[in-house]
Amino acid sequence: MLEFLETITGVPTPLLFGQLLLGLINGAFYAMLSLGLAVIFGLLNIINFTHGAQFMMGAFVAWMLLAWAGIGYWGALILAPLIVGATGVVIERLMISRLYKLDHLYGLLLTFGIGLMIEGVFRNEFGSSGLPYRIPAELSGAWDLGFMFMPIYRGWVVVFSLVICLATWLVIEKTRLGAYLRAATENAPLVQAFGVNVPRMITLTYGAGVALAALAGVLAAPIYSVNPQMGTNLIIVVFAVVVIGGMGSILGSVITGFGLGVVEGLTKVYWPEASATVIFVIMAIVLLTRPAGLFGRA
Amino acid sequence: MDFNRRSLLAAGSAATIAPLSRARAQGQAIRIGVLTDMSGPYRDTTGPGSVVMTQAAGAEMANRGFTVEVLSADHQNRPDVGANLARQWYDQGVDAIVDVPTSSVALAVNQIAREKNKVFLNSGAATSDLTGAQCSPNTVHWTYDTWMLAKGTGGAIVRTGGDSWFFITADYAFGHALERDTATFVRQAGGQVMGQVRYPFPATTDFSSFVVQAQASRAKVLGMANASTDTVNTIKAAREFGLHRSMKLAALLMGVMDIHALGLESAQGLLLTESFYWDLNDRTRALTQRTRAANQNRPPAMVPAGCYGATLHYLKAVADMGAAAAKADGRAAVARMKAMPTDDDAFGPGRIREDGRKIHPVFLFEVKSPAESRAPYDYYKVAATTPAEDAFRPMNEGGCSLVRS
Repeated sequence: MLEFLETITGVPTPLLFGQLLLGLINGAFYAMLSLGLAVIFGLLNIINFTHGAQFMMGAFVAWMLLAWAGIGYWGALILAPLIVGATGVVIERLMISRLYKLDHLYGLLLTFGIGLMIEGVFRNEFGSSGLPYRIPAELSGAWDLGFMFMPIYRGWVVVFSLVICLATWLVIEKTRLGAYLRAATENAPLVQAFGVNVPRMITLTYGAGVALAALAGVLAAPIYSVNPQMGTNLIIVVFAVVVIGGMGSILGSVITGFGLGVVEGLTKVYWPEASATVIFVIMAIVLLTRPAGLFGRA
Repeated sequence: MDFNRRSLLAAGSAATIAPLSRARAQGQAIRIGVLTDMSGPYRDTTGPGSVVMTQAAGAEMANRGFTVEVLSADHQNRPDVGANLARQWYDQGVDAIVDVPTSSVALAVNQIAREKNKVFLNSGAATSDLTGAQCSPNTVHWTYDTWMLAKGTGGAIVRTGGDSWFFITADYAFGHALERDTATFVRQAGGQVMGQVRYPFPATTDFSSFVVQAQASRAKVLGMANASTDTVNTIKAAREFGLHRSMKLAALLMGVMDIHALGLESAQGLLLTESFYWDLNDRTRALTQRTRAANQNRPPAMVPAGCYGATLHYLKAVADMGAAAAKADGRAAVARMKAMPTDDDAFGPGRIREDGRKIHPVFLFEVKSPAESRAPYDYYKVAATTPAEDAFRPMNEGGCSLVRS
């Protein structure tokens, strides 16, 4: 079987397994980021282009907590999403909330602008080449899986983000709060008539979506260079993920996130030059054949 | 750029009053445009630092019968944007464009400077084609190039037994040139290249896939033909996946700012090649001291130091031939630069060859361990020095049409 795989793919099987696993790890980041985007789009109808900057802020806040307050990785995992989420709440209250009556495009432009400004401020303050952040001692080291060397930290990223994705899905699909959220998406005035404070719910949803981005940022801090443009490259891919999965579909964005991570990982072996393009090719094909996305409802 | 209300006010009032009085006192203005990366991955190694160091050179050459005006712009690492800005600047009376990191942009500006008979003082771009197949009588390539990096780091590692290589290469002009030049050294020394991956630039964040492919190649050395954040991310991934235990890591282009980003813990022991380091000698330390305040309290990195050296020498040539003649004919100004020996605090004495290549000694540095480093940016110790004449590609091997054989 293994030899058969090797013959048809032309790549040694251990390498192929390794690449599949690495694809899943990258997919974990895509899934967490697209999850936040999907939650925000589902309820607010805002395409949150600040998401990349908020991912970056998560990583930077983790660095600041360590450098300025001596709070390490585990503290940052809780505090950074709260802090960045709170800034999201402020942005929603002060600016985004004024745009709900207008076309999608305005929200997109506003959040894109806010993202650029946040990035600019961090670049001015911290430069572009980045800051060091170490893998926590408990998670450093690696397992020898036989077919590859698996850093413990990367394993942790996959498991942790799966748990978060599952928890978010459960909250939205299986709890009373989630039911309110879904109802408000369908018909906000009606839900408000039942005595639910919809504007507050919207604000908190935006904050939660932003917190998810920041959480992904904390997870990324030890393995990628913590720099102001770290979200820019990732976020374009994540938007493609959301579009392919179906705008606003929670489960769709999670499955597509992991799936596309794997597709991208395999492209990196067979045709590395195209690894940045492959996701957009898939996006084009999906949009042509299923305009609502793989999991979206037209 | 950093603006505050006071500097804006000051700039506003200066703009209304200064030109008149200066024009009367000093005659012509030499306009220098720093075209650089203000917003992308190369900002810290070039960017505002390059502007500060160009201004420093301008200030040292004040009162020589002309004024020096320094402009700056962001080319966003895009050849189309860079080419447009360069055309606009040259048409609006800019005499020399300085810096231009990102080889693809630099090659575009190289063409335009020649077309318009202006001056191009390159410090930031690495491709050795600027003084090879694409050399130009209007261009000086000051600081470093891919051939010099390849020889410096690649050559040193091959000598210590690293004879089989795998490359992780940024898929654009710079990465290709660096990989090609290093592979040449490896093969000349009897070594072999076991493979390479070329990844999309600048859209790649995760390098683990490439690191694992490198591991599977069973090569002894991982050659990183990339720069800045990409190199930092590659090294981080290599350490995570235990690559450094079985392979030697060769960061072919890396600087003080990248070491700062990576942290000494991960960077210690790396070998790298640069032609300038702030703590090299008394002259480099004096230069650092002079410019520290303007530089956000950081020492100059190699590329900004090159902007300083190149601008200073250009202005000396302008003073020598007269501002009017220098403005009228960029080719003549560059010819004068080549005719005069160079000397500055950053690179010491040197010269510019016929093909436009500036030559000076080149250093192989080893990154200090956290224990050895006594202050921020105290990162290097000198492992080897290559004299100027041996550090760069011999003129007859570059294929430059300006070189008479």
